[in-house]
Amino acid sequence: MKSYEEINRKIAAGDAVVMTAAEVAGYVERKGLEAAAREIDVVTTATFGPMCSSGCFLNFGHSSPRIRMTEAWIQDVPAYAGVAAVDLFIGATQLRHGDPANMNYPGEFAYGGGHVMEDLVSGRELQLFALSYGTDDYPRREVRTYFTINDLNQAIMVNPRNCYQNYNVAVNLSDKTVYSYMGTLLPQARNATYSSAGQLSPLLNDPHYDVIGIGTAIWLAGARGHVYAEGTQHCAIADRNDYGVPSEGAGTMALTADMKQMIPEYVRGVSLRGYGVSLALGVGVPIPVLSPAHLQRACIRDSDIMAPVVDYADDYPENSGRILKHVSYAELKGGGFELNGKEVAAASISSYNKALKIAHRLADEIRRGDFLLAAPLGSLPRESRNRPLKIREAAQ
Amino acid sequence: MSEPTVTRKLMLFFPRCECEKPIIYHLVKDYGLVVNVFRAKVTPEEEGYLVLDVTGTESDIEKALAFVKTFDVKINAAGKGLHWDAGRCTHCGVCLPHCPTEALFYGNPDKREVAFDEDKCIECLACIKVCPFNACSSAF
Ligand code: SF4
Ligand code: SF4
Repeated sequence: MKSYEEINRKIAAGDAVVMTAAEVAGYVERKGLEAAAREIDVVTTATFGPMCSSGCFLNFGHSSPRIRMTEAWIQDVPAYAGVAAVDLFIGATQLRHGDPANMNYPGEFAYGGGHVMEDLVSGRELQLFALSYGTDDYPRREVRTYFTINDLNQAIMVNPRNCYQNYNVAVNLSDKTVYSYMGTLLPQARNATYSSAGQLSPLLNDPHYDVIGIGTAIWLAGARGHVYAEGTQHCAIADRNDYGVPSEGAGTMALTADMKQMIPEYVRGVSLRGYGVSLALGVGVPIPVLSPAHLQRACIRDSDIMAPVVDYADDYPENSGRILKHVSYAELKGGGFELNGKEVAAASISSYNKALKIAHRLADEIRRGDFLLAAPLGSLPRESRNRPLKIREAAQ
Repeated sequence: MSEPTVTRKLMLFFPRCECEKPIIYHLVKDYGLVVNVFRAKVTPEEEGYLVLDVTGTESDIEKALAFVKTFDVKINAAGKGLHWDAGRCTHCGVCLPHCPTEALFYGNPDKREVAFDEDKCIECLACIKVCPFNACSSAF
């Protein structure tokens, strides 16, 4: 057994032994679990992909005379101004003002909230336009100005739901193209899209939330961030296989970090034809090897991870809960799987290439002594369920 | 011994559309070239674009290009109408099943790194529509 303190001392001294979740399974097989657990201190996990539930709080500082913003737009994308005088919140899926959306079906959705966040982190100059009704203490009623992230007092990203433990594989069984947040799905299951990094995915390497909890230090697009809460829709109660892999989405976490520390490569606006805009983010999560059992769980392989295949023409929109079958990430990454006697070509909407890069970057930061672990202050719920929205005809 | 045939991909840009002139007809008839047009477009501004493969002997292709140059045209023999931006590509791979010719493919399968083979691209533009990261764009 190792403690967080011991591991952090080794990291600080530059002596920590770190491996990515992609490398570790093979190593443990060669060395044996007990010996490897004594040797390895940290396993790094990572993912890069669209994470719709993202946004950021921006503080602009006060102008002379002052304004208390009531409506605001950044690059014509509406921001939420009901926070405080010069605090704005902008969400990843917010469309730009005047976007025709799906009026010209399927819509293009070239620019939105996610792109504003990409531009901020890239240091580009953006336009702020804000209105107010004017008060005695905040008399200014309109402001139009240009700013970069360096002009802001704070730019703090918040992601209420990140890193789904597992995720659907989307197909389209109908006869017409389906435009979804999982990408363009061709008729009659001519393609399938999936969205998890599989064996590298953070919560699949700690399936019962033993070490990832509230307060865990994480790598969020290059910045040192934290898990601040359970993610929205976190649903710990799920059918799980022998490796703890849930048969559906299950666990999620809420993350936050300072955008001023982020790297542009890992904060990317997303345009999904016919669906809308979003944000793709890179996340790295270190798993401390406190005991052989922790290491064992971090040895999960793509062939052990099964994902549910769901029809996005019918079952997903109708929320029927029907699952067509389960397929392994080994099959998905191998290029496809069989469905109703036909081979379906699978492609990922998240990037395993970037996830691998992140796992290596984080491993390097830990080896150099630049990234210390943080023991969780509280755990993610292990009993929670996910409620559907019940539509009531009348107030009770 | 007869001269071997080669295939070259060209993008022609006509700043002012010369649509009324049968250029392709002459390439086939006068220079014996086999022509495969991928994409042709006249913009509302009356600019014309043409992306095509020509197959023939080197000398016939040279002569044909000299003929084409007698028009008000810019010939781009290296550049293509479809641009893949390696820096913007996240290597997600979501475009791969949509690309009919495997012009977009895993160049480094171990790292799952996507690469683009310009010569295989037929400019169907499917990747532009499905890429969530705006990594693919068209010159016209
Ligand atoms: S969809 Fe776009 S980002 Fe993804 S691999 Fe293809 S070109 Fe690259
Ligand atoms: S334009 Fe068509 S052929 Fe060319 S890379 Fe894109 S999808 Fe492939």
